[in-house]
Amino acid sequence: MADAAVPASDLLPPRFADWFAKRGWSPRAHQLGMIDRARAGRDALLIAPTGGGKTLAGFLPSLIEISERPPANAPTGLHTLYISPLKALAVDVERNLNAPILQMSLPVVAESRTGDTGISRRQRQRVKPPDILLTTPEQLALLCAWEGARAYFESLRCVVLDEIHTLHSSKRGDLLALDLARLQQLAPNMRRVGLSATVDDPEVIKRWMAGPAGPESIDLVRGPGGAEPVVDVLLSEGRVPWAGHTAQHAMAEVYEVIKKSRTALVFVNTRFQAEFAFQELWRLNEDSLPIALHHGSLAAEQRRRVEAAMARGELRAVVCTSTLDLGIDWGDVDLVIQLASPKGASRMVQRIGRANHRLDEPSQAIFVPANRFEMLECQAAREAIAEHKLDGDPPRIGALDVLAQHVMGCACSEPFDMVELYDEVTSAGPYRGLSWEDFEQVVDFVSTGGYALKTYDRFRRIVRGPDGKWRVRNLETAQRHRLNVGAIVSPAVLSVRIAARGGRGGRKIGEVEEGMLEMLEPGETFVFAGQVWELAGVTNLDVLVRPANDKDPKMPSWGGSKFALSTYLAQRVRQLMYDQDHWQVLPTDVREWLEAQRDRSVIPAEEEMLLETFPRGKRHFMVCYPFDGRLAHTTLAMLLTRRLERAGVGPLGFVCNDYALAVWALKPMDELDFDELFAQDMLGDDLEDWLNESFMMKRSFKGCAIIAGLIERRFPGAEQKTGRQITFSTDLIYDVLRRHQPDHLLLRCAREDAATGLIDVARLGGLLARIRGKIRHAALDHLSPFSVPILLEIGKERSPGHAGEMILAEAEEDLIAEALS
Amino acid sequence: MTTAAPALAAPAAAHVYDFANSPCGALRTRVAAAEVMLRPSGGMWLEVSRTLVVADLHLEKGSAYAARGQMLPPYDTRETLDRLEAEVAALSPATVVLLGDTFHDRRSEDRLPGDDAERLRALATGLRLIWVIGNHDADGPQRLPGDAVDELELEGLIFRHEPQAGPQPGEVAGHLHPAAKVRASKGSVRRRCFVTDAERAILPAFGAYAGGLNVRDKAFAGLFARPPMAGALGRGRVHAVGWRSLGPD
Repeated sequence: MADAAVPASDLLPPRFADWFAKRGWSPRAHQLGMIDRARAGRDALLIAPTGGGKTLAGFLPSLIEISERPPANAPTGLHTLYISPLKALAVDVERNLNAPILQMSLPVVAESRTGDTGISRRQRQRVKPPDILLTTPEQLALLCAWEGARAYFESLRCVVLDEIHTLHSSKRGDLLALDLARLQQLAPNMRRVGLSATVDDPEVIKRWMAGPAGPESIDLVRGPGGAEPVVDVLLSEGRVPWAGHTAQHAMAEVYEVIKKSRTALVFVNTRFQAEFAFQELWRLNEDSLPIALHHGSLAAEQRRRVEAAMARGELRAVVCTSTLDLGIDWGDVDLVIQLASPKGASRMVQRIGRANHRLDEPSQAIFVPANRFEMLECQAAREAIAEHKLDGDPPRIGALDVLAQHVMGCACSEPFDMVELYDEVTSAGPYRGLSWEDFEQVVDFVSTGGYALKTYDRFRRIVRGPDGKWRVRNLETAQRHRLNVGAIVSPAVLSVRIAARGGRGGRKIGEVEEGMLEMLEPGETFVFAGQVWELAGVTNLDVLVRPANDKDPKMPSWGGSKFALSTYLAQRVRQLMYDQDHWQVLPTDVREWLEAQRDRSVIPAEEEMLLETFPRGKRHFMVCYPFDGRLAHTTLAMLLTRRLERAGVGPLGFVCNDYALAVWALKPMDELDFDELFAQDMLGDDLEDWLNESFMMKRSFKGCAIIAGLIERRFPGAEQKTGRQITFSTDLIYDVLRRHQPDHLLLRCAREDAATGLIDVARLGGLLARIRGKIRHAALDHLSPFSVPILLEIGKERSPGHAGEMILAEAEEDLIAEALS
Repeated sequence: MTTAAPALAAPAAAHVYDFANSPCGALRTRVAAAEVMLRPSGGMWLEVSRTLVVADLHLEKGSAYAARGQMLPPYDTRETLDRLEAEVAALSPATVVLLGDTFHDRRSEDRLPGDDAERLRALATGLRLIWVIGNHDADGPQRLPGDAVDELELEGLIFRHEPQAGPQPGEVAGHLHPAAKVRASKGSVRRRCFVTDAERAILPAFGAYAGGLNVRDKAFAGLFARPPMAGALGRGRVHAVGWRSLGPD
């Protein structure tokens, strides 16, 4: 590693050393480290806290190199390209970067270029590029699709990727990785530099940002790190609830901890939890401590105000969701509180890193479990963090619709040779595993639409010339492609609105993720924001509902966390549960709960999945505990219900949380063949049938069709009918394509998107493989202690109001008495 | 046929439409003096003259887009002909009337794949095929069989592509691609539909890629003497829907 291997005096030219000295600063080790890595011609990933001179560290090597360039007669061209995930950040950095340039009178021109940049400036930038260009991934894609991209980027020496952890794991990241591969082709000497404030798993980011030489070519440079974090679990002896997500029982303790700390970040997993915790803390706030709230549903202006107050050190606590991520100076945070379960060790380490501001002291974190299963989870996470065991997310596989857009962009820029482009594309992290066959299919799609019926050969968008190279058919086609560049697709969150007259949406009552909606048909009922609603329909981005009096809603609640327990953490929870000696770390009431489960039902072995069946009221229940997260459980429950329907037991409904799922039916299920019921082939036809009919697939298809360029978002002169535009229906295209060419590339893309993003098929596949032959069935006379939390979710009151809590408390007492009777 | 109260034209009172569901899923109703069946396929069936009428096939719409660089799947003609063949097989019509915009544009016939042209020829054997001319296909068929006409009179009805302004008793037209946004207690759905006030009727588009225009759009204003009824295409059934149940998009 590079830190201070070379003395500062050798790395910093006098002009720069003077500048530091004049400000009474001395260059930090990681800033020198970045210069040293640049001198060595290495790629670098810098992980340093915000406010630690991270951006300057990213630019220092370029500033030095540019100012040391000998005077040239010809224009020198673009030297450094800076990519930011946000337009606003690019503009902000332009301002911050120009301060030292001016103060040192460096011969360096640094300019931003975003969608908001004026035409004349953009044109000038194309003719006479600045030394440093600050822009976004979308603008880069556009620049790469211009004729003359090769000449424009040929002088490029360095690309800086800011806030890289937000760029990499998405379709946007796929596109950016492809454009990096292109840039490397145009400018072989280009170095790659990544900047990140968060302490995520650096290996994942290295794999993504690496060029042809692979992740080994990237040196990790760390900013000042802290001591080992100190992580505690709040035991709330004697008061850990059976169920729920609010951690209301622990609020007074949380408040006391906030009072003792300087500034605390209180992380929660959902907006609902954030609102609730904020209200509860203010109810207890006798000292009127400045406690603020920050989550994604708040107006941007309000969030900015909170961030500014935080930066000025005026706040004692901020209750926040994962939205508090980007480019924010954290002020003097000395404590991180995680309300409700952390869901993953890496994620938690990242959050604890927020309290790392004072470098010499260990960061402090407290987990506050909201229920008994979460108590197990928090203990497991605490131990994983202490052992430096991270979750190891699987690397992302690049999407083919994005690749199609990129291939078209390449052709718009200059003719390409298919083999050369394949080599280039497979040097990009997400596409390293791309097969030649898939690549061929993508090129065929770009050219003719990729149809088995070869009638479009004469309409090819890209054509192969006598030199064997592919080029865009004509200028107009290239122009239209450039109008539609980008990989940001519509949000996956829908507004829930009360249906008004005329089928329109009225008052908004909240937001849900699209995946949850998939489980309901119009006319069915569910609980949301403390009330029972009937689904009226879905229009565009609105879910229309109307109040219902159904006492028995099909989907008892939407809520809890959208994050699944990491596979690794789930495994640790199962271990902890099975290992009775380990129960010592748990508070008495949780221990007693486990003992009651052992005595009345079964504690499954580590590799087993417990499945309980029991009658209750006039119904028969099946409850199982895979610990694979709500999304995978909900998909499983959907598929199980179809199978139980066929088995003739008359399933009536289901409920899922992060740990378990429960299905209830008219007839007993004790005699079913559970290995058969949970057989992996349910991911075949059953899944396919369900998915193909779902509007979720149609929505995924639309997104893929837009990104891949089948449907153009922006097109001069859209079709008109009697003075009114008829929107082109991708649903019609989906239906026709599905019937006539079900294996078409875009249907495959849509299926993959739906399977990864919305229903977590990969996780479910792992679950089914894991439990094969390992289902431990317990046929019980009545419900078990473990089943109480999931049964409490049926008809659960989710409003933060106290009436709701009382109803919940009453229901809980009844159930517990029954479980322990 | 169950018959509702006869239609006494009292302008102020709501009109009571005369319709019934037929076992085949069609909606049996009256347009002017003729009895017609509105089929779930989107076609109209005239039993007396054994005539099938379909509007706005827009064949080769996919390739029309492809020619401009948007590679929509080329299966729309195939899909539309599948539907048409199924109707012909089910009804054995003596006459098939294509009510205009059968082709998406004037060059569609040139782009029509050979086997699809063959299917159209086969379809035309043993029956009378009539091409009513539309605005997209003003030239009529060049090499395909059938008679091209501007209008056609049959069973006291007049068939033309584009509905004429003002009340037109007995007119059956296409062109507008009517679609209904139906509101009910269970939510709302948007479907292609027939629309009729018992005096005239407008057919839904039959083509696979033909979109729909909401019947509440102003393009429909002034065409009907009274609030019309929609025949919304459901799965294997046409649903009669009153004007008040129809919403805007």
